[in-house]
Amino acid sequence: MILCLVDGDPVSLEALTFARGLGEVEALVFEETDVDGYTTRARRVVHPRLGDYAPAAWAQTVIELEPEVVVAPGTDRGQEVLAHVAARLGVALAANVVAVAADGDALQITRQRWGGSLLEEARLTGTPKLLTVAIHAVEPQPTGVATATEEFAPSLADEHFLVQVSGREQPTAGTVRLDTARVVVGGGRGVGSKEGFELLEELANLLGGAVGGSRVVTNLGWRPHSDQVGQTGARIAPDLYVACGISGAIQHIVGCKGAKRILVINKDEHAPIVARADWAVIGDLHEIVPAIVAELRKNGR
Amino acid sequence: MCVKRVPETGARITLTADAQAIDTSLLGFTISPHEECAVEEALRIVAEHGGSTTVLTLGPPGAAEQLQNAMAMGVQNAVLLETDGSDWNAEATAAALAEAIRAQPEPFDVLLFGNEAADTGDYQVGVRVAHELGLPCVTGIKGIAIEDGKLTARREAGGGWEIFELPLPAVVTVKEGINLPRYASLPGRLRAKKTPIARIEPQPRASALETIRLVVPPEQETHVKILGGGADAAPRVVEVLRDLGLVTS
Ligand SMILES: Cc1cc2nc3c(=O)[nH]c(=O)nc-3n(C[C@H](O)[C@H](O)[C@H](O)COP(=O)(O)OP(=O)(O)OC[C@H]3O[C@@H](n4cnc5c(N)ncnc54)[C@H](O)[C@@H]3O)c2cc1C
Ligand SMILES: Nc1ncnc2c1ncn2[C@@H]1O[C@H](COP(=O)(O)O)[C@@H](O)[C@H]1O
Repeated sequence: MILCLVDGDPVSLEALTFARGLGEVEALVFEETDVDGYTTRARRVVHPRLGDYAPAAWAQTVIELEPEVVVAPGTDRGQEVLAHVAARLGVALAANVVAVAADGDALQITRQRWGGSLLEEARLTGTPKLLTVAIHAVEPQPTGVATATEEFAPSLADEHFLVQVSGREQPTAGTVRLDTARVVVGGGRGVGSKEGFELLEELANLLGGAVGGSRVVTNLGWRPHSDQVGQTGARIAPDLYVACGISGAIQHIVGCKGAKRILVINKDEHAPIVARADWAVIGDLHEIVPAIVAELRKNGR
Repeated sequence: MCVKRVPETGARITLTADAQAIDTSLLGFTISPHEECAVEEALRIVAEHGGSTTVLTLGPPGAAEQLQNAMAMGVQNAVLLETDGSDWNAEATAAALAEAIRAQPEPFDVLLFGNEAADTGDYQVGVRVAHELGLPCVTGIKGIAIEDGKLTARREAGGGWEIFELPLPAVVTVKEGINLPRYASLPGRLRAKKTPIARIEPQPRASALETIRLVVPPEQETHVKILGGGADAAPRVVEVLRDLGLVTS
């Protein structure tokens, strides 16, 4: 059985799409995500104590089903649950896989290292084979075939609930989430100051988007770390990424390469990010961004 | 806490001729940003609650440099699990670290890891060590508070936060953003140079995940269209935004 872990995060559908490349997949659904059309079979996990996420309990549920292959999204939870499964069963775990092919009993895999700046080709053997799928490595694609869903009640004990979510803080109402925004306006060292980001906020607001930044701006305290895009920050996939005063170091690029289009504003036409862009304006962002904002307002927005 | 020596890669990564490793002949070495935060968090916990800190690393003799850097920040004790410099897999690394931690003379309350190492990005050594030691564990943490023998950990989720409570001792893997690491002071650096490092010789073991080769992904250069050289470009930018359906009027 090829099992694919599904939680409330929409990137679960990317993992399901990826897993189908290995054969018939069963979705193991822990939280509400509509998987209909993405897989032929799904098991919805029901348990009185699974009101909220508990990593060891999710891992135990996977183990109880004795799968041959387990695929999970490369999210905090996907990585965590499969690491528990791997540790419990003493098997290998391949994290952030971007391509896979069967090779007899083994799997030939390609996975990300260095946050995606480097790829590793490897051979995965043993049972079960565990892999997480790099975020935004594939686009979710339904097959159109209806999904047959049944419930599954795992046998869980106290030991599986030693660590469980005990509280939540909801995001501030009205904020656009960086990881799901249609437009992200990103700022780097070139923005110059904390106050400089007010300009970018204004542009983002006009476009219904979110503000992001490079590691330099989070390290300088101009933005909170939750705004950071890159290897040690968020992986974004907006329709448009507007990169202002960002040079485009590889560690930043790996976080924004999921963007469909990139518009760069930079005073250096040789900045590496320009070579990755669809459009660029070469010049001082402190003149260009206000001009764009003014032009948008002139047009009635 | 556990930290890993990794090359300080620049704009472009170059591989060795056999494509088995990064060519480090021109590179310095560092630890991942997550691990710098793990070191800082350990120092903050001890400043608030008392106690002492120990840093461990598994790596070549040169990894003593990363232990010294942690000691220069204020960590008291250091343990080097010395290898011949070959790449160790996650299973073997975790087993060796767990054994070394078990052998420490003093009991510990909190074991900190980075969420993932900068190089391999395996996302698992912390969890594996927790299992070897039979301890509760949580990953990807960006906030820690300790009170009454209990650790409260915060993780970003869905734009908000989810909160976990763990009994001590516990294993926590942290992410950059949990704090801003301090710089080492000059007296700290001098003290670190003189502090002895405990050395252990760990035993490697094979993994069911076998590296064949490393590949530098091809650069995805685009055909960039230059829209202009300053504020005059604004109307053309707005045209692009309109074509993308981002401007309604
Ligand atoms: C292990 C590791 C992980 C990392 N993770 C991340 C990560 O997650 N995210 C990340 O971003 N980085 C990360 N980095 C850091 C990364 O290597 C770069 O240092 C960083 O991305 C550079 O940020 P920057 O582009 O803002 O600054 P710089 O590289 O200094 O670039 C500033 C740019 O602004 C332009 N500029 C200056 N003034 C103006 C102006 N007035 N108008 C227009 N343009 C202007 C300049 O031409 C330049 O291109 C990581 C590094 C390591 C080693
Ligand atoms: N060789 C090592 N020595 C010490 N700690 C390590 C080593 N490898 C990994 N770790 C720790 O485990 C974390 C996760 O690593 P990984 O599972 O390889 O991504 C790292 O951030 C380190 O804290």
